[in-house]
Amino acid sequence: MARPGPKEQRYDRQLRLWGDHGQEALESAHVCVINATATGTEILKNLVLPGIGSFTIVDGNQVSGEDVGNNFFLQKSHIGQNRAQSATELLQELNGDVSGNFVEESPEKLLDNDPSFFNRFNLVVATQLPESTLLRLAEVLWNSNIPLLVCRTYGLVGYMRVVIKEHTVVESHPDNMLEDLRLDKPFPELIEHVQDYDLERMDKKDHSHTPWIVIVAKYLTKWFSEKSEQLPKNYKEKEAFKELIRQGILKNDNGTPEDEENFEEAIKNVNTALNRTEIPRGIEELFNDDCCLKLTEQSSSFWILVRALKEFVANEGQGSLPVRGTIPDMMADSNKFIKLQNVYREKAKKDTAAVGSHAAKLLQSLGKAPESVSERELKLFCSNAAFLHVVRCRSLAEEHSPNSCSRDAIISHMDNPDSEIVLYLMLRAVNRFYKQHGRYPGVYNYQVEDDIGKLKSCLTGFLQEHGLSVAVKDDYVHEFCRYGAAEPHAVAAFMGGKL
Amino acid sequence: MGFEVPLKPNHWTLWPSERRAQGDPSGAGRQDGREALCQGSGVSLPCVGAGCRHYRLSRLSRRCPRRARRRPSRGTVGSRGNYGGWEKKRRRLEELLADGMAVDGGCGDSGDWEGRWNHVKKFLERSGPFTHPDFEPGTQALDFLLSTCKVLVIGAGGLGCELLKNLALSGFRQIHVIDMDTIDVSNLNRQFLFRAKDVGRPKAEVAAEFLNSRIPDCAVVPYFKKIQDMDESFYRQFHIIVCGLDSIIARRWINGMLMSFLHYEDGVLDPSSIIPLIDGGTEGFKGNVRVIIPGMTACVECTLALYPPQVNFPMCTIASMPRLPEHCIEYVRILQWPKEQPFGEGIALDGDDPEHIQWIYQKSLERASQFNIKGVTYRLTQGVVKRIIPAVASTNAVIAAVCATEVFKIATSAYVPLNNYLVFNDVDGLYTYSFEAERKENCPACSQLPQNIEISPSAKLQEILDYLTNNASLQMKSPAITATMYGGNKTLYLQTVASIEERTRPNLSKTLKELGLVDGQELAVADVTTPQTMLFKLHFTT
Repeated sequence: MARPGPKEQRYDRQLRLWGDHGQEALESAHVCVINATATGTEILKNLVLPGIGSFTIVDGNQVSGEDVGNNFFLQKSHIGQNRAQSATELLQELNGDVSGNFVEESPEKLLDNDPSFFNRFNLVVATQLPESTLLRLAEVLWNSNIPLLVCRTYGLVGYMRVVIKEHTVVESHPDNMLEDLRLDKPFPELIEHVQDYDLERMDKKDHSHTPWIVIVAKYLTKWFSEKSEQLPKNYKEKEAFKELIRQGILKNDNGTPEDEENFEEAIKNVNTALNRTEIPRGIEELFNDDCCLKLTEQSSSFWILVRALKEFVANEGQGSLPVRGTIPDMMADSNKFIKLQNVYREKAKKDTAAVGSHAAKLLQSLGKAPESVSERELKLFCSNAAFLHVVRCRSLAEEHSPNSCSRDAIISHMDNPDSEIVLYLMLRAVNRFYKQHGRYPGVYNYQVEDDIGKLKSCLTGFLQEHGLSVAVKDDYVHEFCRYGAAEPHAVAAFMGGKL
Repeated sequence: MGFEVPLKPNHWTLWPSERRAQGDPSGAGRQDGREALCQGSGVSLPCVGAGCRHYRLSRLSRRCPRRARRRPSRGTVGSRGNYGGWEKKRRRLEELLADGMAVDGGCGDSGDWEGRWNHVKKFLERSGPFTHPDFEPGTQALDFLLSTCKVLVIGAGGLGCELLKNLALSGFRQIHVIDMDTIDVSNLNRQFLFRAKDVGRPKAEVAAEFLNSRIPDCAVVPYFKKIQDMDESFYRQFHIIVCGLDSIIARRWINGMLMSFLHYEDGVLDPSSIIPLIDGGTEGFKGNVRVIIPGMTACVECTLALYPPQVNFPMCTIASMPRLPEHCIEYVRILQWPKEQPFGEGIALDGDDPEHIQWIYQKSLERASQFNIKGVTYRLTQGVVKRIIPAVASTNAVIAAVCATEVFKIATSAYVPLNNYLVFNDVDGLYTYSFEAERKENCPACSQLPQNIEISPSAKLQEILDYLTNNASLQMKSPAITATMYGGNKTLYLQTVASIEERTRPNLSKTLKELGLVDGQELAVADVTTPQTMLFKLHFTT
């Protein structure tokens, strides 16, 4: 690998998080942000800095004094000018690699005149949008299968909602993943490798440099032949197993045990090493998903690969996912460690190839080109097979309809006095207020007191209409009037970072 | 003044105006006329919350009689929902007046424009059910932010840039920023106050220039310095300090500095000696924020064990049995570089010099291939050599936003601050959790309790050194140990100066008894982790 170019230097710190693959995806994305509010520009800032491909701001508003007060990407000289253009200028300065565009038009007008306008984006982010416009936009995007992110800063409350039919994740970069060592179900190559070791007939140096995986595997064989036909399961059995390993530590001439770090590691790792190799429940669910069972020409490569994975499990995998092919670092000399690592790597390669050949057959039967799933995609998919993830959301229309809102869930959340669902209900009440009065409650100081009563009746109306028999404390009504639809910068910045 | 020292952390009082004058060598910085104004108010209230109620009242009554008069009586202070008919009319009138007088609408005679602070004012000029119990709505709080409140931002990196922006747009103007670093290309993916043309310049200076030009009336003062270069009078001038640091040592140092300001009278903490510290930290998609009220809530040293110890590879692995690409890189860095001195004698490895990294990378490749190890790349080499922590704009934005919100809450008393530790993680979905970190009863920094070392008189000095560096709640780096004996100070061991190290090294293998130390002896220990010398009392065991 050569020395990094200027771009790689600039993005170095983030490439260490999401890799070149993630960066490519980011650089090919075109995102639309509706309204260059503080929330909107903070979100954009956090996309432009890491180098998103391009963005388009849609905003028909003119910059007000208030806007400049809370927005870092607007200046006093912009007051009275179009907000989309002003913000684009200052955002563009952040990164020359990004192409910034703006449309001086309200989203309402665009929806009236040219709803297909939104089809060109990979993602639409709607900030501070009134409910009626939001629902219209959401319907258009839902039908064209374009993800929508709803972002709202309302006083000290931030709201974010992803609206997407389906989002499939292969590289979820899990945090604390368990190792995939197959000690409970050793594959033939691993058995063979472990057999090459003879702990009884090793010199002291080799003995203390044997990887703990081999030690555990060895003592499991001993366990099976001497103690039980089953893996040590409960605490007592595991302790007995640890003791068995402990007895294997070499002793010096006086009979005291030597300092063998690898054996200590083996004992320490017994608990996790004996985890059963199973198909995670989430993956099992994917196998039984209609998208996996009923492949069509429209099926995405993700689902074709899920099906290939399922067939692998049923055949070559003998009930297990492909071997991941990585092992943790452990006390061992270089040679022994690398050899063991290669046993796992080779097996992972073999399994990946097997999944690949299932995929090839499936592609053929669907009339798709074999290269529609690349080698790299296949490899990534197999090494992440245990962590595949599918996000599915309801449409906004469904959420908002009194007939299909999640009534029971809301009511049960409200039973918990600390639940923040009350803030959601308040935001809905605020929306209803806007619909009835054409403005948000408490925008001016003199309105606050009157608006408390009005907002309360909006809340009651909303709860009744949706059959929600819950009690919301008056304090919340008062607090939301106090907010007066303020968009404090720090809260907007917080939302911007949550992208 | 009858201070009440609150018992619960959410009732603590903050820097009431009566900061002890005698304890404040900086003088002007913290007194800035506040005492005089307080006395002028003629009202005797307990001082609570930002800017202190007297201060605001008196200040207003001086500058703006119209507004001062509107307060009907003390009885309404902090009460909820006091929107009577009279109040309503008055407020409306006031707004109309303010609209017509936008230029001097309580914001001074600056270049403020109409509506500039509308988003902020709603939180400061209205009562609410969830505010701090001592919060009093009015125009004073914004006034305090705009003209008096002095905040120090430590670090002008990823968090620092965000913090500066957030504070400036929340109404803070007197912002000081200190950072010892210059700008590198790899900062540009998140440190948005810097452009490619700024590479090589001091971060603090560029950040201040940018902010002062983008935000009218903002007066950011930069310091291109280490925090250790500034003395206590510098730190005493601030109302609040907020940190966006990547170094635990620096955090511990500033924490120690603020703890040293605490003043106790008859064992009771003088609240005016407290300077709150807000500390943010990020790593990849994870971060945390904590609010430290010195002497009242857990400090950095109370929770030192929360920081994971730095992981180093064992030397035998690096030297003779590498298994990972990282082991090969460490071999080249630690053993091969000093031996071969590839860029000339005495030239130290510079992680920012691409030629140096290239050399390490090539040699690491060679070593890796000897052992059939795969995976040495230039990027990994650089990461290992510089111990790079991955970073991204979005996590910094979240953590800095929480920090700035806490600064705002404390400065204005608008809401009860975070109590006192928040963790954030968006690796998979979004996760935040907050909890109350507890004070450590015998915390070496904030407990007022003497630190004891129980040890046998026949133990060697080396054992004390090991204790100071290895103990989870001390974790010192290079402690220098002195003892007062025979009427003078005797340096027992000091490693930061080579000649003294050499001279005092033999002491390490002497027993305490041989060194003439007695039971109850006090040892003074200095270390980079604290600005103060720490005293340890020896308790001999038998």
